[in-house]
Amino acid sequence: MDKRVEKNKHTLHDLYAAMTHDLHWETTYQPMDKVFPHDRYEGIKVHDWEKWQDPFRLTSDAYWKFQGEKEKRLYAVVDAFAQNNGQLGVSDGRYVNLLKLFIQAITPNEYYAHRSFAQVGRSLRGDALRIATQMKSADELRHFQNQTHAISNFNKYFNGMHHAPQWFDHAWYLSVSKSFAEDAFSAGPFERLIGLSFGFDDLLTRPLFASLMSAVAHNGDLSAVSVGFTAQSDTSRHMTMGQEAVKFLLQQDAANLTIIQRWIDKWFWRSYRLMTFAAMMQDYMVPKRMMSWKEGWDMFVQKPGEALFAELAQLGLRKPKGWEQACDGKHHISHQAWNAYYGFGHTLAFHTWVPEIAELDWLSQKYPDSFDRWYRPRLEHYAQLHAAGQRLNNQSVPMQCQTCQFPLIFTEQGSGRWTAYRETQHAGETFHFCSDHCEEIFSNEPEKYSQANLASHQILQGQCYNAGVQENTAGFDRQAAVLDFCQIVQGHDNGDFKNSEDALNFENWGAGQDPQEAQL
Amino acid sequence: MSNVFIAFQSNEDSRPLVDAIVADNPEAQVVYSPGLVKIDAPGRLVIKRETIEEQIGRPYDLQQLHINLVTLSGNIDEDDDQFTLSWKH
Amino acid sequence: MSVAAIGSYEHSTHDAVKNFAHPLLYVAWDEHMIFSAPCCVTISLSTSLEDVVQKILPELYGQHPQFKNINWARVQWFKSATMFTPNMTASLAEHGFTHKSVLRFRTPGLEGIRGSCG
Repeated sequence: MDKRVEKNKHTLHDLYAAMTHDLHWETTYQPMDKVFPHDRYEGIKVHDWEKWQDPFRLTSDAYWKFQGEKEKRLYAVVDAFAQNNGQLGVSDGRYVNLLKLFIQAITPNEYYAHRSFAQVGRSLRGDALRIATQMKSADELRHFQNQTHAISNFNKYFNGMHHAPQWFDHAWYLSVSKSFAEDAFSAGPFERLIGLSFGFDDLLTRPLFASLMSAVAHNGDLSAVSVGFTAQSDTSRHMTMGQEAVKFLLQQDAANLTIIQRWIDKWFWRSYRLMTFAAMMQDYMVPKRMMSWKEGWDMFVQKPGEALFAELAQLGLRKPKGWEQACDGKHHISHQAWNAYYGFGHTLAFHTWVPEIAELDWLSQKYPDSFDRWYRPRLEHYAQLHAAGQRLNNQSVPMQCQTCQFPLIFTEQGSGRWTAYRETQHAGETFHFCSDHCEEIFSNEPEKYSQANLASHQILQGQCYNAGVQENTAGFDRQAAVLDFCQIVQGHDNGDFKNSEDALNFENWGAGQDPQEAQL
Repeated sequence: MSNVFIAFQSNEDSRPLVDAIVADNPEAQVVYSPGLVKIDAPGRLVIKRETIEEQIGRPYDLQQLHINLVTLSGNIDEDDDQFTLSWKH
Repeated sequence: MSVAAIGSYEHSTHDAVKNFAHPLLYVAWDEHMIFSAPCCVTISLSTSLEDVVQKILPELYGQHPQFKNINWARVQWFKSATMFTPNMTASLAEHGFTHKSVLRFRTPGLEGIRGSCG
């Protein structure tokens, strides 16, 4: 950096202590328990808050200095990209649909995380940890802003981005993400800390923000990749905070182990399901392909996760219950998700398509154990329908899992044959799930999940129409009425990519890379 | 033994970091993918401020690595002179 | 109450049968996952299984090239994971189906596009 900084007389350790733990005081006007009323009810016991330390030793002054530097550099790139019409230099017009799904499903979650951690940052009585969580809150607001700014450039030229907040609240397929965010938001401060900073950030964000972003760079979107990489620099601090919190709490009191283990089981699984979107993006929505989801999973989830849990075994933790099933899922979930969203393409706010033959060949090569057996024949069938001027359009309302809210598109572990079904009773009602792990999350807190708002059920209850719309009138079209309510414009924001306004514009503008020239 | 790793945005700023890491960690493996440089090492990886300063010819604050950091894996230990990733198991 | 909370936690659920015009049934044709998820259908439980076959299933599954080849006499019927012997003229209720039940059917020998379960 340009500014010369005098070498500190204090060491990093001294400075950290002075600006975190040493800021503590025991309140006297009000008792501490009244000042911090929400950090005991989850059953977590802490005896010595000074034992939590941030390994990065990041203090507020350094935080603002480095975050400011990151923002300057990032916005130089984002602005240059926009000024240079960078949207014309991406590989292929289909790529933009990755950004649409991103701003619809991921970006709102950043805002919820910001709010969640502002509350955590108020709730915990440990000063050093509170400061780290407040930094995370500021970071997540930054991510929301960065993503919105970068994607707003594409919004000037392409459909499917302008109503992201409304779609997040109402579109059926985005309830996967909304229910995730609200599950955390309605949990206690310790659960949010362990669930999001460890369960999500440390175990599952790397394939979304490292390997997927590298693929995005490969497709010519320098703006998005810069946003993604700089976000992950912040997340590296969050995952470190989460990892330290797990170790700290396990060392503070033996009673914390069962609670922490249950939260890790739950949030690993919920995060894994949410990352199905990332899997689909990696394998189907980056036209110029780089690394498969399976390869990204191995490199950025399975290997580091195995190492991490080998380390934490010393403190009595085991791997999350869903670990084996999630690792098995790497062969399947991207294909199952694309198959589902292709078939429901007319209900979404982004385009879908059948991959080109060369792309199918790439998938066959990357997934030798699953793609040709289960998934390629379906896609080839869809291609045949296209050739005959037809398309598969799933007209039904899909059954959703009560916990993760995904439609039941996932199969039993080890096979692509049988849809996985689980069910349980609570207070005289039957509830359905996609897996043992979602069922267990429900059964541990049935009061919470039995209240879930499932879009499919709300649609069938007639709750998803604009005022004045009546079902039993001539010409009533339920699907059209629901799309109206969600503010999705049929055939404009969605439908097949071919012949869409986006595709025609992209071609007319001379955008895209020559696939032959574009090979590395 | 499990690997630790650290990944940076691949640019002119991170180049001396990568060179310093390779100099101080003989078993480190460097892999480039679009926009990203990832360095793996078995069990332990250390980044030394002094080695970086030798590379760039001016003072360096180790916390500056936040600017180009993308992701990492391992237990972190940081002070004014070095940043270490390691596993105990 | 098993959920940790800062106070008492009164709540109601959204999907009791009274909130729907007719009871909710989930329907699926196993091993035909171009229909990627089971379908939600609201239907009177006095509907016969035969009427389900004639009036509901074609609308849900007619797009599949194998649908017209189904030999309904050889179809296997399931209530959730349990196979049952159907009485085609009997109603869903008489077969034990209630609100939020799962009806699945299998067509041995017809296992999706080129046997892929799609």
